[in-house]
Amino acid sequence: MFKLEKRPFDSRTMAYCSPLIAFALTLLFGGILFASLGHNPFTALHTFFILPLSDAYGLTELGMKVAPLLLCAMGLSLCFKAKIWNIGAEGQFIMGGLGGGFMALQFLDAESSWVLIPILLFGALCGLAWAALAALLKTKFNANEILTTIMLNYIALNALLWAVHGPLKDPSGFNFPESAMFANAAILPLLHEDYRLTIAIFFGLFAMVAIWTLISRSWLGFQIQVLGEDKAAARYAGFKENALIWFALLVCGALAGLAGVSEVTGPIGQLIPYISPGYGYAAIIVVFLGRMHPLGILFASMLMGLTYMGGEMVQIEMSLPKSITGLFQGMLLFFLLASDLLIGYRIVKKAPANIEAPTTNRVSA
Amino acid sequence: MNRLALTGISKQYPGCMANDGVDLTVKQGEIHALLGENGAGKSTLMKIIYGVVKPDAGQFEWEGESISVSGPAHARRLGIGMVFQHFSLFETLTVAENIALSLPKDQSQDMTALSNRIREVSEHYGMALDPQRFVHTLSVGEQQRVEIVRCLLQDIKLLILDEPTSVLTPQEVKRLFATLNKLASEGCSILFISHKLDEVTELCHNATILRGGKVSGHCDPQAVSSHDIARMMVGDDTPLNQDFQKVEGGKVVLDIADLNYQSEDPFACTIKQLHLKVKGGEILGIAGVAGNGQDELMRLLSGEETTSADCIRLLDKNIGDLSPTARRQLGFAFVPEERLGRGAVPDMSLEQNTLLSSAHLGLLNKGWIRFDKVKALGEHILQKYKVKSAGLQAQAKSLSGGNLQKFILGREIEQNPKLLACSHPTWGVDIGAAVLIRHALIELRDQGAAIVVISEDIDELYQICDRLCAICQGEISPIKATQDVSIEQLGQWMTGQFKDVTEPAVTSEPAYV
Amino acid sequence: MDIDLITNILYATIRTGTPLILVAFGEMVCEKSGVLNLGQEGMMLMGAVIGFVAAVTTGSLFIAILMAIIAGILMSLLFGFLSITLVSNQVASGLALTIFGGGLSAFIGANYVGIGIDGIQPLAIPLLSDIPVIGKALFQQDTLVYFSFFMFALLYLVLTRTRVGLKLRAVGENPEAANSMGIHVHGVRYLAVMFGGAMAGLAGGYLSLAYTPLWSEGMTAGKGWIALALVVFASWKVGRIMLGAYLFGVASIMHLILQGTGYEISPSILAMLPYVATIAVLVLLSSNQTKAKLSAPMSLGVPYRPQL
Repeated sequence: MFKLEKRPFDSRTMAYCSPLIAFALTLLFGGILFASLGHNPFTALHTFFILPLSDAYGLTELGMKVAPLLLCAMGLSLCFKAKIWNIGAEGQFIMGGLGGGFMALQFLDAESSWVLIPILLFGALCGLAWAALAALLKTKFNANEILTTIMLNYIALNALLWAVHGPLKDPSGFNFPESAMFANAAILPLLHEDYRLTIAIFFGLFAMVAIWTLISRSWLGFQIQVLGEDKAAARYAGFKENALIWFALLVCGALAGLAGVSEVTGPIGQLIPYISPGYGYAAIIVVFLGRMHPLGILFASMLMGLTYMGGEMVQIEMSLPKSITGLFQGMLLFFLLASDLLIGYRIVKKAPANIEAPTTNRVSA
Repeated sequence: MNRLALTGISKQYPGCMANDGVDLTVKQGEIHALLGENGAGKSTLMKIIYGVVKPDAGQFEWEGESISVSGPAHARRLGIGMVFQHFSLFETLTVAENIALSLPKDQSQDMTALSNRIREVSEHYGMALDPQRFVHTLSVGEQQRVEIVRCLLQDIKLLILDEPTSVLTPQEVKRLFATLNKLASEGCSILFISHKLDEVTELCHNATILRGGKVSGHCDPQAVSSHDIARMMVGDDTPLNQDFQKVEGGKVVLDIADLNYQSEDPFACTIKQLHLKVKGGEILGIAGVAGNGQDELMRLLSGEETTSADCIRLLDKNIGDLSPTARRQLGFAFVPEERLGRGAVPDMSLEQNTLLSSAHLGLLNKGWIRFDKVKALGEHILQKYKVKSAGLQAQAKSLSGGNLQKFILGREIEQNPKLLACSHPTWGVDIGAAVLIRHALIELRDQGAAIVVISEDIDELYQICDRLCAICQGEISPIKATQDVSIEQLGQWMTGQFKDVTEPAVTSEPAYV
Repeated sequence: MDIDLITNILYATIRTGTPLILVAFGEMVCEKSGVLNLGQEGMMLMGAVIGFVAAVTTGSLFIAILMAIIAGILMSLLFGFLSITLVSNQVASGLALTIFGGGLSAFIGANYVGIGIDGIQPLAIPLLSDIPVIGKALFQQDTLVYFSFFMFALLYLVLTRTRVGLKLRAVGENPEAANSMGIHVHGVRYLAVMFGGAMAGLAGGYLSLAYTPLWSEGMTAGKGWIALALVVFASWKVGRIMLGAYLFGVASIMHLILQGTGYEISPSILAMLPYVATIAVLVLLSSNQTKAKLSAPMSLGVPYRPQL
């Protein structure tokens, strides 16, 4: 019989190992799943995780998925560091895409790529505004941000549906719920003409470095971390809680909005009813999987991007449903949370062991 | 006949031997004291007796039979009752509902009958209770009565009380002792856990003293001097008592006038018409039972809650509406009651915790952190205040209570405050750290800083404070020089009787009960 | 508006409110024990898909409902293991459950999209269902609607009148104290979480077997989240959950009402209404924080590790 025992202090090694354990367990259970569906688990896992990356095209496609994930996840990591449970990256992403798309439709005759600047800025601004709503609701009305941001996600989705079915529908588009194609000048430059990867990947990398610096070296970043770790200490030290909440949410909104507009002005090139395959939600997993550390988040977004490609690949090669992607993403998060236990606790052989309650509140004194 | 006999009880926690071969015998009708410093293993031992914690080794004999207690429910069936230091009550339930939860099903079905029994029993032992009241509306003393009555409703043979007097006024303590004596005379054994020697001498028939998880002695408290008991508690190498010179302060540093405050928190205390002056170079002590407005007062002082500007003045500046940061820049520093989770961030390193409240000491450069300066300050604090830790990178939660308190106090003192507020500076701290902390406070006082200390430890207040007062229900008593305040007087102040100074100790209900 | 329209609106309101009531009841009990399960959406989706698949394969609606409940319970056990046994962060574990449930249900249901079944049919109660206006709304519904009425009465009694209810509240308020009373904290919490799972599974089953009845990916469309808001809105009181759920029911069938009055509004805009209403409710609530603080279970969201 084994028992859990609380470690005197958190294990750093386990903090780094736990995502690897989670990934290994996901592979194991993924293999079992494939086997139970009558497929050779090794071929299936190979198809899911390796095959998509076997050529340069695959790698650039991965980069295309990493860009929005990285942007959303870096913003979310700022919120989660402050324990602001912003689940709204999806809505902020959609609003960014919708706003940027609206702007792009104003420049259908544009010749110069300079139009990208107002388009991108307006997209980011729309994402920011959407996050500002959540910030307002949280700071002014003390409404739970998990619930408000989720609701805002659904509202954003319906706003996009309304737009492509109504005012932004392409008049010459045979009544399909789609906007007109954007002008070529309003499309993000490609890194290489043979592939679909755009400069959006640089936005993501830049966001990563900027937020990394902010968190690790600045007083503002320090305050955000303290707020997340320990509200009472933040108040004790005199940090302005509401200002920090606004800051984290606005940055996240702007980054998610930028991701959204980069998506519609990138690989999509127009407004369509579904511009996000759930990037905003997947980014949540990315943040946890990446240990809220920028480098970890970079690797995690690659892995998460890979699950999208793997899903498409098994659909093509093995005619399994594409939704297997969500299944793998969910499993990863589950196993991660389970293995995270090993950071604060260790498993010992049944011996005199005792586990104290993590924190005992003073009850009624 | 022995009611309870423990032999060789041992319990190991990760990194510490909480109980190491402890023997303990309690006879029928005996009031037995279990004495020891914080961390001596008292709490673990009684949790073992009550079945909350299982011992690793040792024998448990109950009324002559060797048994093993499987859990609190089993302990209660045996006739063992326990009153915890931090009450295990449910604040949003009524007194009767709280008691019903601890009784077997057949006794708690009929709530009317139960309510009547609660009234009956509580009156019989002189501690009246209304079964229909919600627990969060009760005073701390009354909550303790609920805990005791809960035990008395069953067929009680051994009542364990964990530091029961730490939340009571001196008058309430007297009444509790009367109840306990009555219980003992009816044949109930009582295990009384404390670290206050005078109480033990007054109440108990026998005492077992624990130190570092081991029994360091037995004695008859009436026959042995308190000095000898104290030696058994703390060992030979620790100074027992220090007397500090009392001083008169200089210029007024902190001036609180007409402070009124009503928190949004339904469980909080209202501050009423509070006046208070603290002079530079003195320590003002504020006594009081927990929950009488200490926490609210401290938050108002620190700026975690704000009020109108002129209610609080620091060195002739209105600061009532300033943020904590602004107050710190004017020379205010604060050691809060909660060390982990307010004074320090548990999961962050000591280095980061150094920065927490000291950013205004030039540790920033245009919003960027100057890590070299933070490190230097952190190292300085660790050294000067003898903080035992695995270095600056150690998480705050890995430190012992005493070491963390030394760290926090050091961090605040190193800001050279003109006014330092300190909540329960040595609560739950080992003697060595407590001595260092008191010395540091006195030293800061002698450098001319004004210091406010809030504490439930009356001995400590008498020891280090130059002037004393008490807080009750958000009101503050008169303030007098320490040597002019008798312990009876302070007790009256703690119950809200601020007027009659010369009247004898009052027997009527304290005002707030 | 004519009487028929009002009758129909009432009828539809109750039908639309029912799944919300079921989930919210489950979540309320779960939260009373101190566990915040944000995985309602995932459990509902699994209930919906498993119920639907069972209905298609076995043809028995009874078995389908049973399977939906079991699916919900199994999902909740996954959450319970993470958040109770492994003391993981409840917020993260709940989110994981929602994401996982979304993925797994889409995967299982991929081949069942577009299939139609004969859903659960209304069961008119003789005499009572003939009462004008309210008769159809209250007494000509399917069995699961009647079940929600029954649960209302049952939960009310259990929570306010019984020792079980007292224990549940005790665990949610102060687990340490409850443990020292000899209450098995983890046991109570597991049962509460499982009850929440069963109700969410049932609610999902209601959607795919009675309300629509068909399966489509993500068909709960945030109802699990709305139910979470509903519990807060209702201050953890059963009566107010019923009331709140029907209010949301009205918001969700606004298109029906507007069609009757002849307004033309885009369906996408109308679809936003329940979500906007949820936000509005959350805002209104915070106007009285003191009250909210007193009614919320005190240890909500705080993991508990017993001493051994």
